[in-house]
Amino acid sequence: MNQHDVIIVGGGHNGLTCAAYLARAGKKVLVLERRERIGGAAFSEEVFPGFRFSVFSYVVSLLRPEIIRELELPRHGLQILPLESTLTPLANDDRLVQWSDHDQNRAELARHSPRDAEAYDEFGLLLHRMARAVKPLLSVAPPDPASLDPRELFDMLRVGRHFRDLPPKDLHALWKLLTMSAADYLDEWFESEALKGTKAASGIIGTMLGPRSPGTAYVLLHHYMGELDGVFRAWGFAKGGNGSVSAAIAAAAQAHGVEIRTQASVSRILVKGGRASGVVLENGDELHASTIVSGADPRRTFLGLVRAENLPADFVAAIQRYKFRGASAKVNLALGELPRFTCMPEPGPHMRGAISISPSVDYLERAYDEAKYGEFSKRPYMDIVIPSMLDPSMAPPGKHVMSIFVQYAPYHLTGGWTDARREEFGDTVVNTLAEYAPNLKNAILHRQVVTPADIERVLGLSEGNIFQGELSLQQMFFLRPAPAWARYRTPIHGLFQCGSGTHPGGGVMGASGRNAAMEILGVRA
Amino acid sequence: MLKTTPLHERTAALCVSHAWRRWAGHVVASSYELTHEREYHVIRVAAGLLDVSPLYKYLIRGRDAGRLLDLVVTRNVMRAAVGQVLYTPWCDHAGKVIDDGTVARLDEQLFRMTSAEPSLRWLQDNAIGMQVEITDVSDATAALSLQGPMSWSILQSMGAPSLKYFRITSATLRGIPVTISRTGYTGDLGFEVWVDAAQALPLWDALIDAGRGYGIMPTGLLALDIARIEAGLMLIDVDYVPARKVLIESQLSSPFELDLAWTVNLDKERFIGRQALADEKARGPQWLFVGVEVDWSSLERLYQEVGLATRVPAAAWRMSVPIYAKGEQVGYATSGAWSPLLKKYIALAHLQAPWAKPGTQLEMEITVEHRRKRAAITVVKKPFFDPPRKRA
Repeated sequence: MNQHDVIIVGGGHNGLTCAAYLARAGKKVLVLERRERIGGAAFSEEVFPGFRFSVFSYVVSLLRPEIIRELELPRHGLQILPLESTLTPLANDDRLVQWSDHDQNRAELARHSPRDAEAYDEFGLLLHRMARAVKPLLSVAPPDPASLDPRELFDMLRVGRHFRDLPPKDLHALWKLLTMSAADYLDEWFESEALKGTKAASGIIGTMLGPRSPGTAYVLLHHYMGELDGVFRAWGFAKGGNGSVSAAIAAAAQAHGVEIRTQASVSRILVKGGRASGVVLENGDELHASTIVSGADPRRTFLGLVRAENLPADFVAAIQRYKFRGASAKVNLALGELPRFTCMPEPGPHMRGAISISPSVDYLERAYDEAKYGEFSKRPYMDIVIPSMLDPSMAPPGKHVMSIFVQYAPYHLTGGWTDARREEFGDTVVNTLAEYAPNLKNAILHRQVVTPADIERVLGLSEGNIFQGELSLQQMFFLRPAPAWARYRTPIHGLFQCGSGTHPGGGVMGASGRNAAMEILGVRA
Repeated sequence: MLKTTPLHERTAALCVSHAWRRWAGHVVASSYELTHEREYHVIRVAAGLLDVSPLYKYLIRGRDAGRLLDLVVTRNVMRAAVGQVLYTPWCDHAGKVIDDGTVARLDEQLFRMTSAEPSLRWLQDNAIGMQVEITDVSDATAALSLQGPMSWSILQSMGAPSLKYFRITSATLRGIPVTISRTGYTGDLGFEVWVDAAQALPLWDALIDAGRGYGIMPTGLLALDIARIEAGLMLIDVDYVPARKVLIESQLSSPFELDLAWTVNLDKERFIGRQALADEKARGPQWLFVGVEVDWSSLERLYQEVGLATRVPAAAWRMSVPIYAKGEQVGYATSGAWSPLLKKYIALAHLQAPWAKPGTQLEMEITVEHRRKRAAITVVKKPFFDPPRKRA
């Protein structure tokens, strides 16, 4: 007799989400987490006394609102605070701020380009329509167009009908979005360098691609997805940091009877006669269940936890080709006072939004150039938030925490990541930012630098890729993580995947975890 | 001319949006910033500072002060301890609600009552033969509401004594004499600070200064409206018609019909409306005031049919919206909002008793692209949001 129906390997937010949904449907679920804490990349820690950080993952991008509702996450402490604006500081003490208020935004854009100010709404409207066109793909298991499985054919039909109903001009626009680079696409719309740079930046996050690499335009869409769920300004910050997202999902899962064990590292998934039958822990314990779900990334799951002899050779080859190439790093700062950006020195609402170091497309592309040849960017792109401005409990009164997402910091750094290179990189980040906010250096009380190598070492994410594999078009939808195995199933009967390495992947969305649970339960999404 | 509150000098300077709302003959900020969104979140994550001075306030003093209030309101005032605050409705002789507010026992023989409507005449008329002095201190007393999880940290940093839920105390904040009650209209941890109108501006400045490190923000009524709906708290003239403004009988509401059965203390020998309320209790109320949640997928479908992304109201609404069961109208919603916290479209509604049980599936009218549609809704328990910190 198995004590559990389902064992989930990995207590990241997707594993926990999957567990909660399975338990809600009556399954007995055990979650095994290697680390001493749950949450995977989504956790908060008091790194420096009195200062709480979302050490790794730092914003809530597109956490599915149905998950928030269905698992009653607010009851378990989840609150998402909107990031309201994006400030792009520029040379000569100028700046571009994108505000959530329409009139304020238009006036600011017009200062840079009256044409862009007019184009902005039209651009937004088009992307809204595109997002609507793509959205049905996000909440379902992606059908494989080559499959003959009647269920997949039905889904394909549904998706096909959906695309058939799109007006031709939307279909054409969608095709462009799927194939173009962010830079080229934005060139068709805007002339202001600061606006194009900042918008293009959202197309490269987490990916070893530059704004001029084809396929990056598609990611622009993601910023408009949230609107469709009534989650206006979907990009937000979780009260208490991203650890609160995991904690709320875990609490919901436990309320449904899920058992969570930490410091329980799985070394192997047991397979008997082509069927998953259990797991072996590092301490030698064997645990059995008829369904095993892996929240680990595809490489760790199929080239680590499962023996290659249990898998078809072409599948193993596909997983070996699946690209990770972590490209981003984090610098977390504890600050004694707010940074004073010379372009907007007084504290104000602009400090409650994102701050983007992306003055132009060229700036980003140059940052990428260095990374292509194994160096970190000398003048990197940064996406900065000051969570304590939104949630004062993150830092002592009057003091602040600053989270800096940095790109590019290639996993494959020439000479490798060492402690010295990490600090050198940290200095580069602080020096670059201090050009815009000169008081920064003196305000720093504590600095934490997290490189892709650290991400891999601490979280077990291969090559430090924050999305469990690059979000590039050849690895998305029915190709994620491998052709013919995108519906959370694997070549091993009873073994499923629920991590960000499956469709739709990426960010703190929870969609992979929920979709996987639906697939396991045989529920049509 | 509309009146301004004692805090107007500060609030007007901060009101970037130029959006004002009338409240009891005063103007008060609807939102300070261009949109009210951040002000809403501040209530739930930090501390919002609201000017609630337009409330009507009365001091009731004297040997019979407790007896008068006990006669007027439905709750037991005689049993209230010094330092206790009661939320309570009060009724006419037919047991229909006239108003709702708070009664605070400041001392053995001294109370402060707050109300939404002027109440001096009603108090005086019922005090005949009693040894009691009733003073309208509405203009003389300013009130600031500090609401949100950081509200206590701010007051504590200013040396305020700790306070239990629905208790009141006198205190001195940076040299300013005040009374502080742990009350509010948000369903969150929160306090209301009562101060002599002449000291209102220095108190505002002191709170803003002390609150700076705790994320304090001036907050307007649009944000408050969402918070109070999440808290399941009704609003006079919106969710019920006070008995004195009623033109036809069906507009009247009893406390039972407003989900205030818990405030009706029939153990009291005598209070206005007692007999009618005792009869109604025996009969069972015809209507109930409940929370409803709109089913998201149902709403989504209605918008999908016309090719639009689902829309939710940007601000709380206040109107009467029909609710149906199997095609028959069985009630109406009076307040609704998209809860940014719960990611749910919620509403407060009056339903005929047989349809008011939690879990009941009904339909609510939704206008989609100019056409009246019906979305599935579920009756749920109020409050929609009830954080432990509220009482902790």
